[in-house]
Amino acid sequence: MAEMLIKNGFVFDPINRINGEKMDIAIKDGKIVGSVNERRAKKIDATGLTVMPGGVDIHTHIAGAEVNTGRLMRPEDHVKDVVRKTPLTRSGVGYSIPSTFVTGYRYSKMGYTTIMNPSMPPLEAKHTHEELNDTPMLDKASYPLLGDWWFVLEYLRKGDLTECARYVAWMMGTSKGYAIKIVNPGGLESWGFGRNVHSIDDEVPNFCITPREIMCGLAKVNKMLNLPHTIHLHTNNLGLPGNYATTLETMRALESVASGDKPVAHITHLQFSSFAGDGWGNMRSGAEEISKYINAHNHITFDMGQVIFTDTTTMTADGPFEYTLYELSGHKWVNTDIETETSGGIIPFHYKRNNAVNATQWSIALELALLIEDPWKMFLTTDHPNGGPFFAYPKIIAWLSSKKARMATLKKCHKKAQKKSLLPSITRELTLYDIAIVTRAGQAKALGLKEKGHLGVGADADIAIYNINPEKTDIARKYKTARRAFGNAAYTLKDGKVVVKDGEITQHVDGKTIWLDVQTAEQVKVDEEMKRRFKEYWTVEYDNYPVFDHYVKVPSPITVKADV
Amino acid sequence: MITLSPLKKFQYPVMAECINPDVFKGKTTAEIAALSVWEGNKQKTLGDLFAIEETAAENPSIVINGDASKVRRVGMGMKNGEIVVNGNIGMHVGEKMAGGKITVNGDAGGWAGSDMKKGLIEIHGNAGDYLASPYRGSSTGMRGGTIIVHGNVGSDSAVFMRGGVIKIRGNAGPFLGFRMGDGTVYVQKECGTRVGACMTGGKIIIAGALQEVMPTFTIDSIKPKVKVDETETAAGPFYVFLGDLAESGSGKIFVSKAVNPHLSMYEKYL
Repeated sequence: MAEMLIKNGFVFDPINRINGEKMDIAIKDGKIVGSVNERRAKKIDATGLTVMPGGVDIHTHIAGAEVNTGRLMRPEDHVKDVVRKTPLTRSGVGYSIPSTFVTGYRYSKMGYTTIMNPSMPPLEAKHTHEELNDTPMLDKASYPLLGDWWFVLEYLRKGDLTECARYVAWMMGTSKGYAIKIVNPGGLESWGFGRNVHSIDDEVPNFCITPREIMCGLAKVNKMLNLPHTIHLHTNNLGLPGNYATTLETMRALESVASGDKPVAHITHLQFSSFAGDGWGNMRSGAEEISKYINAHNHITFDMGQVIFTDTTTMTADGPFEYTLYELSGHKWVNTDIETETSGGIIPFHYKRNNAVNATQWSIALELALLIEDPWKMFLTTDHPNGGPFFAYPKIIAWLSSKKARMATLKKCHKKAQKKSLLPSITRELTLYDIAIVTRAGQAKALGLKEKGHLGVGADADIAIYNINPEKTDIARKYKTARRAFGNAAYTLKDGKVVVKDGEITQHVDGKTIWLDVQTAEQVKVDEEMKRRFKEYWTVEYDNYPVFDHYVKVPSPITVKADV
Repeated sequence: MITLSPLKKFQYPVMAECINPDVFKGKTTAEIAALSVWEGNKQKTLGDLFAIEETAAENPSIVINGDASKVRRVGMGMKNGEIVVNGNIGMHVGEKMAGGKITVNGDAGGWAGSDMKKGLIEIHGNAGDYLASPYRGSSTGMRGGTIIVHGNVGSDSAVFMRGGVIKIRGNAGPFLGFRMGDGTVYVQKECGTRVGACMTGGKIIIAGALQEVMPTFTIDSIKPKVKVDETETAAGPFYVFLGDLAESGSGKIFVSKAVNPHLSMYEKYL
């Protein structure tokens, strides 16, 4: 395979502590190498350009039954963003829930190369993988929803962590998943009976277990199995005023699992879990309290869940929350129970600047991102499409790296939200180095993806080159330049191939699907008892349940040796 | 004034959102002829499909002569000027219109005046289904302006209507004013069933026959007349129904008492 040399770029590679040094990057066989034959190698002249590892997105709903139902219920969302085919690319639609191909193309145009699809009900795993197969340009993985799975609840109640771990390991292979996703632990099972849990010590009906026990139990299981990522947690009471107290309590509860400086939990779309106040009327930001806690502790990482002022579609496994949203907005909605595993809900939502609550949400996410000092704990997401579509990331980069940019948006927001916002008092502006952490390096590190998010020897040659000259352009002042540059990568390389040039797709590649092959000393026995349970509790037979190897177009399993 | 005449009978739909006075303004005939349109799945120019003539007269800005019943999205998003169609026009005429006037001396296809904000559409023939209704799945219906149809209209008109006035001189199909929130619809002749289903506000006036009122509406009073807009008042007497109570709505349906004697049974609840 061809050798390649990226010459003279300003390289930002935080994992290897390279901060804007002018250097060359050599590529051979889709991997980064120490050097190549300079005469033979194809050269990319990156003089005056910024070179970063390919973007990594830790949390973005891009495939699966939920996403597809969202597509089906929103024809009006697609009609305004129709994408025609070109000789290289396929047709599709964009806006809040783009079709799979457009998802791949648009991520690639922004210089992203790896994404994580964060909520996959194991029952819908086949559907999810079918869609992932059709999402080009990207490496991807999915997190199975395990926080309310009956097997997990049962073994945790019995206190049998080893057996629980074996089942989780089995499920990772069966659903071809990557990390343990927990959504509103206990709440989803309760929702099957029209109830919800309102604190981390409420009991789940029929299971005599509390959200605290589920989260801590699965965090321990995560450790026992040596999974590369931590548990991926969507907190209880999400999206309700005053929920920052629940979030604080959740983080405190997880302290018991922590040891050393290693994170044990990733709290996702933290913005939605950081509301203070006791009603929508006096809802305000809880970012100050939350950031104080996270600054003082090292066992938590989080992503923003930034809100974008646009018409979008919310979709989460948190059925009760989606129902609350329906009651607030009166919009068309979908809500479903996924048998023994989880629930789900979808509702379109329009975030508006002149709505005090929405504008406060916008402010909270930025406050969190800026008040939490260590960028390795914070990652940039919109919880696509819940806070807004992913192609708004360049806007968020501008807000984070330029006070001027965020003040310009804040000025247009609802007066009440402006008054309550902490943003005017925050002067911090993220540098290009910080941006490289929050959009790729930190995310890859948190995910335990050793070959992603950096440009050291041996890493995958997933590289993004942006049209920013850090010597000439100050992104804090020229935020519009930064926004344009991050929206249209000068080059995106996937496995050493140039797939985007000047914001246009130049080549179609299929990305890999990553999953975990967790090897436990003793495996779960798929015996008659288990098959009987499938017959009794599921709508599918056991034989039709697992995602078989041939289901995945470009498989890339990671073997993990467990302690049990 | 630009006159467009179709060069052939169109077999495939023609997407011609460029036929819009705001787009034509300040362009020469050659520039107008070069505007892009889609015929089926082929991209063409306006000059490929229409004969284009320019005359000195100011008004109307655009005239279409001939059968344009396959030509869609004419006057989409227009803000100023006037379009006159001498013949039939296709779907989505005046979609997202924000000003100006469209006159159709013939029939109009579905979704005429969909998502309209301001301006006037006058259709001298019949209008298709979804008059002034939003695109499928959308909840932003007509928000302002006036639509006058001298013929009949199909089903699902004024869905999600939020403002403005629609006057239908002929009959209207079923599901008129579904999920309507505000604005006024005046039907001078017969109206189809399920009128005002799920409406939460606004008023629907039916001067002709109506088979039945939905059971989720309650009778409120009898009014001798009702105002349609600044220029027109409908003479009654009218039964006034309130609803849709299934949606805690406060919409009003005025139904002519004289034409609908079968509704007199409601009088005992007054």
